[in-house]
Amino acid sequence: MSELEIMVNGEPRKVPGPATAAGLLRHLGLDPRTVVVELNRKIVRRPQLNDTALADGDAVELVHFVGGG
Amino acid sequence: MKSVLPPYLSHMTTIHAERATDSPLTIGGRAFRSRLMVGTGKYRNNGDMVRAIEASGAEIVTVAVRRVDLDRSKDEGILYHLSPEQYFLLANTAGCYTADEAMRYARLSREAGFNEFVKLEVIGDRETLLPDTEGLLTAARELAREGFKVLAYTNDDLITALRLEDAGCAAVMPLASPIGSGLGLLNPYGIRTIKRRLSVPVIVDAGVGTASDACLTMEQGVDGILMNTALAEARDPVAMATAMRLAVEAGRQAFLAGRMPRREVAMPSTPNAGMLE
Repeated sequence: MSELEIMVNGEPRKVPGPATAAGLLRHLGLDPRTVVVELNRKIVRRPQLNDTALADGDAVELVHFVGGG
Repeated sequence: MKSVLPPYLSHMTTIHAERATDSPLTIGGRAFRSRLMVGTGKYRNNGDMVRAIEASGAEIVTVAVRRVDLDRSKDEGILYHLSPEQYFLLANTAGCYTADEAMRYARLSREAGFNEFVKLEVIGDRETLLPDTEGLLTAARELAREGFKVLAYTNDDLITALRLEDAGCAAVMPLASPIGSGLGLLNPYGIRTIKRRLSVPVIVDAGVGTASDACLTMEQGVDGILMNTALAEARDPVAMATAMRLAVEAGRQAFLAGRMPRREVAMPSTPNAGMLE
């Protein structure tokens, strides 16, 4: 199985390919209901997570709500 | 109002019955019971935070969007502690220094969240955290155009507040004093003027340190207050949250009641008539 090298939250990471945004969340043990995925500066809406393929060199941001004023 | 309780209990009915009538706070077409909004940052622990928010009676609770910490085995987001069914979560763009950055955070927040409301902050200076009003106006216009209900954190300047209203903001949030400073209401005149001139709700955001600050702020006639550090850094956040809830209510009632005029000279409260020769 091929490996993809992508940036996740600013850190290089190897993930098993082929990968989707939903697959990445599963791989990292994150709940898609509370995490938002941004792929190369574009938000991936939740219904599209399964159909969004990741490619080598992609920049992914995974964000969620934390405390703030 | 005539009490049906024995005289020694009459105060219990009057406390609730004899209030100035008030309409609910409406922001962006949504009505809220509480005029106190609270943040969720900087608490010593989540238990303190949850209890303090409960004691404050707030409905609107602010949160922020940040990267998930991938190295921690179990990184709990704020949603683990605060139910979006119980509170209206208002995402902020704290920490953003440009309009573009703030808009990016606003869009991520909308996707992460449950509503199209955003507390827009575009910071202009790291020491004072005062707003960059130019960036703020740019971001406010664009986000309002995209359908966001923008609550804009701004300074106590009337002209900026008027422009934010023109930009389509759902509410304007002038500061009492710098974020996290606890210096209280530095410019009551400025805040009063903004409230008098704007049609959208005016929510004072930042700088309130203790209950008297909150009361004095509400006495200016503003529609509400948002605070975080005053609760989170109090020795007892839950007790301070209770104090703030009462202070906001007291200040609101005092405003609605209409205060007596200020006089430079004394005026006796007891009649002179009937004094002995």
